[in-house]
Amino acid sequence: MPNFEHPEYPEATLLHLESMVPCRESQVSSLLSVFGKRQHFSFPSIFIYGHTSSGKTYVIQTVLETLELPHLFVNCIECFTSRLLLEEILTQLQNLSSEKKHGSRVPCDTFNDFVRLFKQETITQDLQNQTVYIVLDKAEQLREMEANVLPGFLRLQEFTDRNVTVIFLSEIVWELFRPNTGCLEPFTLYFPDYSIGHLQKILSHYHPPEYSADFYAAYINILLGVFYTVCRDLKELRHLAALNFTKYCEPVVRGEASERDTRRLWKNIESHLKKAMQTVYLREISSSQWEKIQQDDGEPGHLKGLSAHAHVELPYYSKFLLIAAYLASYNPARTDKRFFLKHHGKIKKTNFLKKHEKTSNHLLGPKPFPLDRLLAILYSIVDNKVAPTANIFSQITSLVTLQLLTLVGHDDQLDGPKYKCTVSLDFIRAIARTVNFDIIKYLYDFL
Amino acid sequence: MSKRKSKETSSATEECISQVQRIFRERFCHQCPSGKLFGLELQYKHLLELLKRTTIHGESNSALIIGPRGSGKTMLLNHVLKELMEIKQVRENLLQVHLNGLLQTNDKIALKEITRQLQMENVVGDKVFGSFAENLSFLLEALKKGDRENSCPVLFILDEFDLFVHHKNQTLLYNLFDISQSAQTPVTIIGLTCRQDILELLEKRVKSRFSHRQIYLMNSFDFKQYLKIFKEQLYLPAEFSDKTFTQKWNKNVQSLSEDKTVQDVLRNHFHCSKDLRSLHMLLMLALSSITVSHPFMTGADLLEASKLCRMDSKANIVHGLSVLEICLIIAMKHLNDVYEGEPFNFQMVYNEFQKFIQRKAHSMYNFEKPVVMKAFEHLLQLELIKPVDGPSVRAQREYQLMKLLLDNSQIMDALQVYPNCPTDVKQWATSSLSWL
Repeated sequence: MPNFEHPEYPEATLLHLESMVPCRESQVSSLLSVFGKRQHFSFPSIFIYGHTSSGKTYVIQTVLETLELPHLFVNCIECFTSRLLLEEILTQLQNLSSEKKHGSRVPCDTFNDFVRLFKQETITQDLQNQTVYIVLDKAEQLREMEANVLPGFLRLQEFTDRNVTVIFLSEIVWELFRPNTGCLEPFTLYFPDYSIGHLQKILSHYHPPEYSADFYAAYINILLGVFYTVCRDLKELRHLAALNFTKYCEPVVRGEASERDTRRLWKNIESHLKKAMQTVYLREISSSQWEKIQQDDGEPGHLKGLSAHAHVELPYYSKFLLIAAYLASYNPARTDKRFFLKHHGKIKKTNFLKKHEKTSNHLLGPKPFPLDRLLAILYSIVDNKVAPTANIFSQITSLVTLQLLTLVGHDDQLDGPKYKCTVSLDFIRAIARTVNFDIIKYLYDFL
Repeated sequence: MSKRKSKETSSATEECISQVQRIFRERFCHQCPSGKLFGLELQYKHLLELLKRTTIHGESNSALIIGPRGSGKTMLLNHVLKELMEIKQVRENLLQVHLNGLLQTNDKIALKEITRQLQMENVVGDKVFGSFAENLSFLLEALKKGDRENSCPVLFILDEFDLFVHHKNQTLLYNLFDISQSAQTPVTIIGLTCRQDILELLEKRVKSRFSHRQIYLMNSFDFKQYLKIFKEQLYLPAEFSDKTFTQKWNKNVQSLSEDKTVQDVLRNHFHCSKDLRSLHMLLMLALSSITVSHPFMTGADLLEASKLCRMDSKANIVHGLSVLEICLIIAMKHLNDVYEGEPFNFQMVYNEFQKFIQRKAHSMYNFEKPVVMKAFEHLLQLELIKPVDGPSVRAQREYQLMKLLLDNSQIMDALQVYPNCPTDVKQWATSSLSWL
């Protein structure tokens, strides 16, 4: 007995539809009641919003295809200019009205031509005045196109005087779309996020046939326990579930535990999932690398992620240059005297130590510094005498190429170049440790 | 009693309900031309007079119809035109050109469209004109050479008039108004716009040629009239096929308009926006639940529809965030409170989050910095936070300044309804500045 009742469509189709859209029954029934019968008019535009992976694209496509309503589907990221978008719609419209002619691309420059050509195309016998649905996915891209595209689509029913409804799908709320002087307001429909129960139900759907549904459901439970507080995105969770299932089944395959021995299975998988959060979840390593690691042996061992490649081996003076750059970026210039001169005399404690937490440079980001200051600090932190040769300067340039330093401002020859250090505290501490330099002592924020 | 009622209601057949749906959908979604006008009698008379003078007496004129969105400008114009077309003389003579600022985005396209609508493409052929004015006057000359010496009156209707004002040099507007002043062909120009300050946007030379005739549509009805409009919009027309059903339906509508809950719903709606378009959306939503088993509208339907229309969309989005993302939003809220709304960057938010984890959190795991960064970027993607000075290539991602697009009351309300919110997170949100 289907939940959806609709005089227009046969019961069997509705039953089939219901099986394809778990946990989205109420949204689908609202949509069906808004669509009405095939020849009825509907809202000129419908705006559907919801979180990432809340099923908007999938549900709309499934509904329109299962009920065989005439529709066109366009992704606004694929057709990122108005011309591509309009031509794509007209091409799909041609294919819609008759099977035989799959014509060439219709050239269409402006919205005016689009309206005219649309009117011509929709007069055909096949459509018989049924509502044509134009679905624009990732509709937030429409804001980047010309200013008349979004208001034009909202009013397409009025301009073309045909039975057409435009459906916008987006993650962003409607208030951020509305043009300045107003527009024809669409009917907004919200696709709620999946609750943890829903996620469990949907993910358990994909269990491989070799194992029982309960076994897989227990696995999903564990996975959600680790990842749910961080990520509720259905696509990500599916990806993680698929990748880690073989590891979970290992004790059962090796014969060490039965399917019901949850404690041992949990112990096996827990550290693995935590490791996954630092690597595969962040896309630091690819999923094929992850699978290889699982196959090699039990312990994941030393995982070289993408950001690990930033740890390059630098020559001796380059390391000191980088340290000097970091100190120059994160210490205010007036404190250099205190850190780097042998005899800095008396410094009033009160003024010096007064600092607010917010102005801590580690929160605000690195500041630019001139080349002279860098060299001055370099000379004071390196033990032996350093000559300002071309060697040193070329090392500075190679640090810029490695993007450990950035050049700030214009290539102005008059003032001299200014740089900024763009490495993190952990990185510089690791480097300083290799040359036995205690950088924390020299940082103003850690006084 | 109930048995008899069910026998009566089952008389609402499939066909009947389908017809009802069709009528109302055309009325509310498609703005069918036989819709009624409310409270616009004066404006109607004024416009009708104006157009009659052009079409029958050959006077040139120009006017602007100004009113907020959804106040009935296009509908008024269509009604007037319908009445005009009933006069034989007008029907045979009048030429109409409908232009829209959203479709004709520059003057070249506009001119091509005018040529097309006057069906002059063959006459123009491949001619090349020196200027816009030449082209336009050629078109109007060609109209004259039709069959008679008196030229046909032309009616130019410019929808979204405020968009034509932004074209280069306002050439189209200048030429149209110029022609309306120079009395060669009787030409009337009617502009429809939602901007009240439209006259300030016109250039001096255009403004001086404009007749300064303005017709204002101001949605100037009070709540009692609004209720009457509600009733009128829901009545089935007398020509409807099933007479008994029409009677029952209209009686139902009458009782609805006297129902207290319905009046409250309508009053709330009226206080938000007076225009009829939003009323149409509300009624359309309520009507979409009419089926054979539920043939008459109830107050509950209207209440449901009203709730759908007035949902807070940002609160809905916050409801779907993960716990880590909620913690980041609370950290941003605290930063906004302490530093009075100054922009923040990721490093500051992370710092605040670390303070929470180290001192107060029992249920939250201390996530690595890249994981927190990914959650932060998800918030950026959802446009709940926005960079202050546009995407800049220079600044590192962690140090780019952002601002939060939610205010404190929205955050606190959203936390109340957030499912399975850990208690320490909730307490952190409600704690004041000096909890350190």
